[in-house]
Amino acid sequence: MDALVNKRIKQVLKGDKDAFAEIVDLYQSKLFQVCYRMLGNRHEAEDIAQEAFVRAYINIHTFDQKRKFSTWLYRIATNLCIDRIRKKKPDYHLDAEVAGTEGLNMYSQIAASEELPEEELMKLELQDRIQYEISRLPDKYRSAIVLKYMEELSLQEISEILELPLGTVKTRIHRGREALRKQLSKQPNF
Amino acid sequence: MNACPERIVHFMHEYLDGEISREHELELKSHLQSCVDCQAHMHELSDVVAFVKGAARVEAPTNFTNAVMAKLPKEKSHAGVSRWLRQHPILTAAALFCLFMSSALFTNFNEEQQFSFTKQENVVVEGETIVIPKGQVVKGDLVVKNGDVQIDGELDGNLTIINGSKYMASTANITGKTEEINEVFDWLWFHIKDAGKQVVSFFEKEETK
Repeated sequence: MDALVNKRIKQVLKGDKDAFAEIVDLYQSKLFQVCYRMLGNRHEAEDIAQEAFVRAYINIHTFDQKRKFSTWLYRIATNLCIDRIRKKKPDYHLDAEVAGTEGLNMYSQIAASEELPEEELMKLELQDRIQYEISRLPDKYRSAIVLKYMEELSLQEISEILELPLGTVKTRIHRGREALRKQLSKQPNF
Repeated sequence: MNACPERIVHFMHEYLDGEISREHELELKSHLQSCVDCQAHMHELSDVVAFVKGAARVEAPTNFTNAVMAKLPKEKSHAGVSRWLRQHPILTAAALFCLFMSSALFTNFNEEQQFSFTKQENVVVEGETIVIPKGQVVKGDLVVKNGDVQIDGELDGNLTIINGSKYMASTANITGKTEEINEVFDWLWFHIKDAGKQVVSFFEKEETK
């Protein structure tokens, strides 16, 4: 697959725009899924995933063909998603730099204002419930958890996508799991 | 649970990452057998993983590729131009130079409305008229801008008059060329020739080096 992708990239670099369509076909589900899980909204996810492909096209000459194309694409998409999430809530930077569980407490206090009452939660379909819990995670942990469990990527790949040291990625996944555990333990049935 | 060593929770995560060492795993297992709280913690974490992994795959909307292709920038020619500019820096510099030169010339033409001339000995200034008195010889070129020239004596060199006219007495004698420039295009042409001469002389100097 990588050989095919690199061939198409070379064609795009030579000015063959149509070769890019095949690249979009190959990766559209992956990118759309990441964006959807990060943003929790199909419409926005479509918007950002499209934007990610447009950026990839414009900057394709900066892609190093010795590396994995999907990693590069995921990086563009996750960065766009995180930008979008931050623009949506410009007032608080609670998930900025808080150590350990302290960060979780602060976040969950804020999240409490958006929290659905229990009877509403019970009505949610499982899939909506998953998306709801994911969307309550601070974006730092959300990106790591989404890439790990929904895209099923290796820790090494996640570290390359997020441009973070491996240790930081592990910490974020650990904290993400702990955060989810607290979210779910408040609600029975899960 | 507070009594439990913190590393136990850390081992749980190592276990979930599939990166636990043999010793850590043994320690975790023996601890879990004796500690109900940690057992519950481990269960909850496993449930979290199962819960998140239960997310269904989401497919991209139909027509996604077409939508992306429609959004791609169309100005290929624009990209081509900038690439060309990047690849030919000398030509780009030359083009920029010409652009600035020409604009400078036009503004100069309008701005330089005041009377000026080349300083030469033996020249007399009367109002906005340069006079070379009778019997006097001026050696060198003379350029007069926005003024007239009256020549009664001799000029041993070229005469250039910009926006002005010349009056010559019968005794007058000019050894060089005479040029009168009154129009914008003449003015431009004069500058181009001048620049051309300078470039040629520059290259000639280079060659002689």
